Amino acid sequence: MIETTLDIPADARNPVEPFLRMERMPHIWCAGCGIGTTVNCFTRALLKSKANLDKVAVVSGIGCTGRVAGYARLDSFHTTHGRAIPFATGLKLANPELQVVVYSGDGDLFAIGGNHFIHAARRNMDLKVICVNNMIYAMTGGQTAPTTPLEALTSTAPYGVSEPAFNLVSLAEAAGACYVARWTTYHVMQLSRSMEEALGKKGFCFIEVLSPCPTLYQRRNRMGDGLDAMKYYKEASKIRHGAPTSECSLSKSGEIVVGKFVDRERPDYCELLRAQMCQSLGERYAEPEVVCSR
Amino acid sequence: MHADPKGVLTGVHFMDGDHACCEGALAAGARFAAGYPITPSTEVVERFAARIPTIGGIFIQMEDELAASIAIQGAVWGGAKAFTVTSGPGFSLMMEHIGLAAMTETPCVFVNVQRGGPSTGLPTLPGQADMMQARWGSHGDYGIIALCPNSPQECFDLTITAFNLSEEFRVPVMMMLDECVGHMTEKVVIPEAESIEVTPRRYTKRSPEEYRPFEPQEDLVPEMVKAGDGYRFHITGLTHDERGYPDMSVGTQDRLVRRLTEKVKPAGDGRALYETGDLDDAEVAVVSYGITSRVAQRALQLARARGIRAGKFRLITAWPFPERQIRELAGLVKAFVVPELNLGQMVYEVERSAAGKAKVIPVTHAGGTVHNPDVILDAIMEAVR
Amino acid sequence: MAKGFVSIAAERCKGCGFCVEFCPTRVLVLSSAFNSTGYHPPHVVAAEKCSGCDLCGMYCPDFAIFGGRYAR
Repeated sequence: MIETTLDIPADARNPVEPFLRMERMPHIWCAGCGIGTTVNCFTRALLKSKANLDKVAVVSGIGCTGRVAGYARLDSFHTTHGRAIPFATGLKLANPELQVVVYSGDGDLFAIGGNHFIHAARRNMDLKVICVNNMIYAMTGGQTAPTTPLEALTSTAPYGVSEPAFNLVSLAEAAGACYVARWTTYHVMQLSRSMEEALGKKGFCFIEVLSPCPTLYQRRNRMGDGLDAMKYYKEASKIRHGAPTSECSLSKSGEIVVGKFVDRERPDYCELLRAQMCQSLGERYAEPEVVCSR
Repeated sequence: MHADPKGVLTGVHFMDGDHACCEGALAAGARFAAGYPITPSTEVVERFAARIPTIGGIFIQMEDELAASIAIQGAVWGGAKAFTVTSGPGFSLMMEHIGLAAMTETPCVFVNVQRGGPSTGLPTLPGQADMMQARWGSHGDYGIIALCPNSPQECFDLTITAFNLSEEFRVPVMMMLDECVGHMTEKVVIPEAESIEVTPRRYTKRSPEEYRPFEPQEDLVPEMVKAGDGYRFHITGLTHDERGYPDMSVGTQDRLVRRLTEKVKPAGDGRALYETGDLDDAEVAVVSYGITSRVAQRALQLARARGIRAGKFRLITAWPFPERQIRELAGLVKAFVVPELNLGQMVYEVERSAAGKAKVIPVTHAGGTVHNPDVILDAIMEAVR
Repeated sequence: MAKGFVSIAAERCKGCGFCVEFCPTRVLVLSSAFNSTGYHPPHVVAAEKCSGCDLCGMYCPDFAIFGGRYAR
């Protein structure tokens, strides 16, 4: 054991611990993986947002980031591959007082779950979607994702990826998200602030976080380890708030445009539903009371 | 507890099976439905979409059946009673989430108005070829309950039963209609709300500190909570321990999967729903379900008119299969005749349960219409020959 | 006297080096010693410089370190 020479107050406690199922530590994420870093930012955003944690639910799909739900000491749901968003949609509509956060990876949300993503954004469902983008399918061993940049090597593209990647922030904006931001795991303060902002905003909010996958993406592409990825993020990132998302594509080693790109007002699904029903049904409309009695 | 009168359309109606199924769901307390249009099932959710805004609930048309079948589970964990409705191609897409509901013990109802398959098959015409899929369609071992109505009245009654069983056993329950029953219009009597029994959710009375989400009670079913009540629980489709935490050990897998399979067995054994007629002196029992049972009824009349001692055993609970009843009957009759709108599905269960004690004669049909009663009659005559 | 402190749960560390690299006042270095899982956790080399900013805690993907400020 290494002792620190510092005088640590007896009541000092890691601020993330109350948010995590510490009995499940250590987590499964690799050395140098950035998912844990995003969780730090999220817990601090929750702390600052002063949300009632009993009313916050985390929904994840499958994959490395999909494990976030299992570590969050909140009502948390680890669902099926790609389907976190429709699960979250049902949860939110049944129990609108919940703050529902979808926390999942790029492959889960944009390949198998891509259809659900665009439809939830179109409906402006009141969900906060955090996508940890490590540019690869990591849990299954490093296969090509819809976010893997051209020319990158993966286990299913051993001679380099030839198909163009999604620009997630542009997709989110086009589909109707009312809040769209991108950060990297280097930008911990900005990311946490964005998460806090999204938690305070009604409607479909999307935050993309670039995060290292040293085991499968960096190593196969000879891009070093997690720390090297972090240094790349630091050097290659340009903060351009409000940048047109169509100009924010990512590449294997080029510039990374980060910032808050979209922050607009749109009535959310429940408001629109209510307005339409009131218009058509008048006093016959009954407010949804979906929760069954005990 | 009694049904909430807000959802109960008390009265005598003339309606089709799809609509009656929707009314059954409303009477059972369903206030959330998610669906994706597919013939011949769409009328169920069309009616729900028309009815629910004045009752107080949510209908959402999702982007596909995968979404619909998991949105209802999100709604259930949010506290709702919820269901989805589909037909063959959509049912295939829902398999993943039938497995999720079984694994996470999420009470919910899947209505399948069966049409001819495979693939797009016969969108507007009847079939009964999803019966094995209902039982085994998702990967892995698990148990489910499936019910087969043969009239609009039963579509109403059994949908309530389906919700009640799903709450009692915490399993997905399948309502296995067929196109004929779904689109058949008959008298449907909807009673007063006070005379409709509704099974409440098995919410725990324990504190968050004491509660373990997957700790089985005496009947092997764990108690439930919903999101937002301070339990900070975790639900996963991974193999999990009683805390709900992933655990990849062989022991945990064994305990969990055996329990998921065992816990629904009482719904078959002592409590299977079925209808019998003329079995006292029968040499032949015709085992059928859904629309085919109504065609078989004609064949039975014709047989009796010819002096053949034939009786009926109508499956209402298809899964868990009423093995005991068929086994006992196998000791009394010479043969079973099993007509169904498929090339042989439930007939294998009859054969297995009869265990060689009686002959089993399938009367297959690829779907698209119903059997000619004469074909079933021929099989009955062959059985007694 | 330092304004802040860092607390290190060395056994939870996976040696990624994020905390060392991004500490604004260079309080930490990776130790040459191993923890029981074979990683080199950080240790404090310049305690007096710690501002207690908790950036190490924000970065640490393994929830193995955090910083705080001393109460005045």
